[in-house]
Parts: sequence; structure tokens; C-alpha cells
Amino acid sequence: MKYIDEFRDGALARDLAAAIAREVRSDRRYHLMEFCGGHTHAISRYGLCDLLPANVRMIHGPGCPVCVLPVGRIDNAIALAQRPGLILCTYADTMRVPASKGLSLLQAKARGCDIRMVYSSADAVRIAREHPQRDVVFFAIGFETTTPPTAVAIRDAQAEGLANFSVFCNHVLTPAAISNILESKEVREYGTVPLDGFIGPAHVSTVIGSQPYEYFAEEYQRPVVIAGFEPLDVMQAILMLVRQLNEGRAEVENEFTRAVTRDGNVRAKSLVADIFELRRTFEWRGLGEVPYSALRIRERYRAFDAEARYGIVYRSVPDHKACECGAILRGVKTPAQCKVFGTACTPDHPLGSCMVSAEGACAAHYTYGRFKDAAIAPVAAAAD
Amino acid sequence: MAGRDDTLRPVDFRNGRVDMTHGGGGRAMAQLIDELFVHAFDNEWLRQANDNAVFAVPGGRMVMATDSHVVSPLFFPGGDIGCLSVHGTINDVAMAGATPLYLAAGFILEEGYPLADLKRIVGSMAAAAADARVPVVTGDTKVVEQGNGDGVFITTTGVGVVPAGVDIRGDRARPGDRILVSGALGDHGVAIMSLRENLSFETTLRSDTAALHGLVATMVAAVPDLHCLRDPTRGGLATTLNELARQSGCGMVIAEERIPVHAEVRAACEFLGLDPLYVANEGKLVAICADADAQRLLAAMRAHPLGVDAAIIGEVIEDPHHFVQMDTSFGGRRVVDWLTGEQLPRIC
Repeated sequence: MKYIDEFRDGALARDLAAAIAREVRSDRRYHLMEFCGGHTHAISRYGLCDLLPANVRMIHGPGCPVCVLPVGRIDNAIALAQRPGLILCTYADTMRVPASKGLSLLQAKARGCDIRMVYSSADAVRIAREHPQRDVVFFAIGFETTTPPTAVAIRDAQAEGLANFSVFCNHVLTPAAISNILESKEVREYGTVPLDGFIGPAHVSTVIGSQPYEYFAEEYQRPVVIAGFEPLDVMQAILMLVRQLNEGRAEVENEFTRAVTRDGNVRAKSLVADIFELRRTFEWRGLGEVPYSALRIRERYRAFDAEARYGIVYRSVPDHKACECGAILRGVKTPAQCKVFGTACTPDHPLGSCMVSAEGACAAHYTYGRFKDAAIAPVAAAAD
Repeated sequence: MAGRDDTLRPVDFRNGRVDMTHGGGGRAMAQLIDELFVHAFDNEWLRQANDNAVFAVPGGRMVMATDSHVVSPLFFPGGDIGCLSVHGTINDVAMAGATPLYLAAGFILEEGYPLADLKRIVGSMAAAAADARVPVVTGDTKVVEQGNGDGVFITTTGVGVVPAGVDIRGDRARPGDRILVSGALGDHGVAIMSLRENLSFETTLRSDTAALHGLVATMVAAVPDLHCLRDPTRGGLATTLNELARQSGCGMVIAEERIPVHAEVRAACEFLGLDPLYVANEGKLVAICADADAQRLLAAMRAHPLGVDAAIIGEVIEDPHHFVQMDTSFGGRRVVDWLTGEQLPRIC
């Protein structure tokens, strides 16, 4: 596959691994957080940690859109779906996130709710167009990557006068989450979560550009390297971070130049600004209430705002007691340190949201990496 | 059929639709069976018009398998639910190393379904059964009210005989054994997905649906002591290997770069966010045999038209956790786990 295989080349990976091994200093450790679930997935799927020196540790950040969605918001969505005649549309992974009373959207669907998995916000608009007699709500989640498509859906619905379409907006913002982690007591006061640098988001950065990260590099003196989601991108970013740390630099560097510019996608940003505005606060699973960290639909598009239309009232719901998703999302714990990991909580029966999406730290570790915890005898090579 | 009323108008296969009388047990049902099913599947057992088929069997061990088909859409590039329902059950029988002999078919039809489409499906089924030389000797038809089905559901059951000396089971994989696949993976699943509502994309890919008993016969002739055979349908290769590892109480290690996958399948999986190892196949098999037999088995498979792209992809290891691991082409190693939930609804 052109433009893909080039970034998954095993020989180049070994060269990069050798370069990282040469570059790391043996007298220090490197704690690097990959913010995005896309990076977490790539690291697990390609077994990247096997190629890294022992003193380079990757910490999985909160950039998995499904993982940071609080239970209360899923409860709201289920309540919407239970309204007679209403069609709720959402992205696939959202279907499986556990909500209150042992429900999830998938189980609500099995109990008769009309919930449809869509690949694009445009599909939700199409469904609304095809069912003029029924209310259609798009349950919109995600970071800056999925926000512009939601904006387009609202713009198109308004242009068409699609009166039966609305959006339950849950879009969140990456920079606010990074600030929250850097401001957390574990990082700033106690130092219990050493965080030396960040691998910056790939797709989010194609929209917002590299400029927003300059503040973190400057204010918190942490290097940021924006990287693509292919495994070689991640390896290259790790090398760049190690170099910055060794040289005492804290800059924003862009490994993903094939898609990210300093200013990002100006058109997308302007459309988003036209349709959405900042919420004063929004609850994140794992991070709690984070000020100015999410978007809501502006007053002038109120007709398409499901929260206004259906009078949705948000109620915070605590996570399952044994669930450590919060600590895992903040980098305080690793998945294997959670008591219910792999026992009561598995991808088939997730208790916490990190076990739901393939991009979640727990699901990625369970699916691709848990044999490393089991310490089975190493095997030389597969087949000859 | 005996007792046929010659004054009946023939079934309107051009514009007619399935209605409740086609499953009601009356004259309309008898007429549909006669003009459609008996006509298409024509053989001595069906012509006897019994509710069963009586046949002689050779001595030895028999194998029986059943498979329900609810694929959506009913017609897809490279096949349809008709030929799929024949291939699926023949393959399940063949995976015991057996020679499939007879099929039974149960149809659940939805009221309102066009008879023209039903005729196409039954025609495709009959052609597949004739090609495979495995007749459909008995059957059943039911009609459900509109909204209670999805056009056509087909359940087929097959019986076959296992040659003497052949003992193929899912629990016979042993450490040191080699793991082979008969060809490129994921074609069927991707061909189906390309037609799905909300997903439609253009592709030249076709479903790999095929009856594998001929290939299996070749393999068994070359290596009678085959340990395991299974067709990686729903859940793909990953699920099949996990099943075999669990049944046999062992682990497996496969090498990503040895697993044949067409470029189109890799590309489609890439943009759909899927893993080809979990995508369904309908004309491929996984085989496990002793290391000493592996090259002979591979050569036999490659000599058969349905096995030209066969490959040795890995080996069986000791592992109390029964993990299936994969050396990635990138140089790392990871678990290839059971499928969680489902990648896509109803693909076979």
C-alpha cells in the first residue's frame, strides 16, 4: 500500500531503534506521554516497546475520545434514545461504553432503542433526511478531529432546514487536557508522575496546527513532538524527544510535516468557531471537571442543539469503585496495576472506558501486550 | 410432483412475491416447492416428494454439520447467499477431512420478497451443489410475515464420510507443529462490506466463497496425518487460531509478513479501521500438521487451484496461557486476541 508501507518498514524501524539506543543516556530515564489513543494503538499493535531501550517508558495519555467520555453523558444519550420514535446516531466505539445500571448504547439498542452506528456525521444527516417524521440526534463525541465534520452537519442541516435533526455535542479540546495533566498534583507538586515530554497528536494537529503546543513547551518546559500515527512516525518522534531532552531543549517540533502546519486547517477552525463556543466546564472521565475544555453549540444554532431541544440535564455519575481508569488516564497507574484489569474488566465486559476502545490504554494492552505480563518462555522465531 | 393440479397457473417468477400461502402447507407451497426447488435441485430423492431423504451410506465414520446463513446483502461480488449456503456447510463437513455426500436445506422466506430474486438464489445454490457434486436431497420452507425476516435465511445441513486413518480435530495441535493457510485472507468480508449501507466503496474484490472439499481431499492424500483443519469464516484467522490453541491447550506464534493478504483488502481494512486477521473468509482453510509433513502439505496445497497462494505462517508452541502471538513485520511481537464484540454485523 503506497504511503502506508513506507511508514511500517521493519528495516527502517531497526535503524531507528539503534539510533534511539545510541542516543539515550544510561544515567537517566525518559518518561514520554503519547497523548493520543491513535499512538497508543500503534505502539501496542506493532509491539513498539520491544524496540525501545529499557529506560524509555511510554505513558498512555487521555487522548482516546471514548475513554474520556463520562458515564453521565452516555446516560443522557441512552435517555435520548429511549424517547419514542427517536433515532440516535453515533460512532462505533461509543456503542460499547458502559453506562449506569449495567447499560450501554449497545444494550439499549438490544432493548428496542433505535441506535445506529455511523461512519460519518453526514450519514446522520442523511438518516434525518430519509426519516422526516422522526427525530434524529447525532451523538457527537471526539477531539478536534471529529469536530469539523459535526460543524458541517449542523451547517448543512440548517441550510436544508432539516427540522428533525439535532446534535448532542460532547466535543472536547486537546490543549485543555494537556494543561490539566501538567497542572495535576501528581505531575506538578508530588512529582509522582514523571513526565519528560509529549508525543503530540497527529490528526488533531492537522486541524489545530502545531502552534497551540508552543505554550506547553514554553510554560512547562516540556518538549512536544507532533507525530503521525504510523509506527515509524512514533519511533522518529521518540528519537526527536530523546535528543531534545539530552540537549536540554523544550520546543515544539513537527515530525508529521506531511500533514501538519503551524496554523492547521484554517477553514475548519473558522467553521468550528462559527458553530461552537467554549463551555465553562466539562467533566472528563479520569480528569474530572476541566474548565474550558469542551464545546457547545452556539445560541444561533440552538434549533440543532439536542441539549436545548430535549432539556438534557447532566448528572455526574461516579466510576465503578474498583476502576482505575482515572489514574490510568492521568499516567498515575499502568493498566496492569489495576486490580480488575483482565479479570472483572476485559474488552468483552468492560468496567471502565479504557477497556472499551482499541485506542484505550487498557484495551490496547489487553489485546496486544498482556502476554508480556504473563512471562511465558520467549520463542525464537515464528516459522521458517 | 404427483397430484399436481394442471389448471394451476405457473408461479410468477417475473413479478411475483413471496406471500404467506407459500409457507402455509397448501397448494401454493407445494407448487413453489415443485416449480422452484425440485426443478432447480432435481435429484432422485427430491423427486420422491417425501419429507425426508433415505440413502445408503458407506461404512466407517460419518460427519454431520449445519450452518445458518443470514448474510446481508443477499447478493455480493463473487456470490450470493445461495452458493454461500452450499459452500459453508460442505466446508464444515470437509474440515473433518471428510467427503461430503448430501445436503439438506431449510429456507425462511420473508413475505414480500421478490420471487425473481429467490429464483436466482436457488439457481445459484443448485449450481454450487452440482459443481461440488453434493446434492440437496431434502428441505423445508417457511414464510414469516413482512418485517420478521430479512428476505431470505438459509440453513443447510450436510453429511459426509471420513476416510479410514484420518483423524482431524481441533485438539490435535502439538508444540512444534506448523500452521498453514490456503490463500489470501479477508476477501469475503471486504467484498461484503463494500456494499454495506453507509460504507459503500468501489472495489474489484470478490468474495472467495468456494467449496473446499476437493482441496481437502488432495491434502489428506498427501498428508493423511493432518492434525487440524478449520475454515476461518466469521472472526477470521485470528479467531480460528485462538479456537485451535484453546482446544489443543497450546500457544501459537505466527509471522505477519508470511500471511497472504491482497493489497485491496489491506487498503480497505486500513481506511475502515479493521484488521484483516479478523475479517471473514468463505473459501480458505487453516491447516496444522507435524513439522516433518509441512513442506509436503504445502506443495500439495499449491498444486490445487484453491491453494496456489498457500503459505506456512507459523508454528505451535507450548504456552499454558494459550496465547496466539504474532511477530509483526515491524519487528515487535504482540498478541492476536479473540475478537471483541464484532467487526461488522452478519457477514455469512
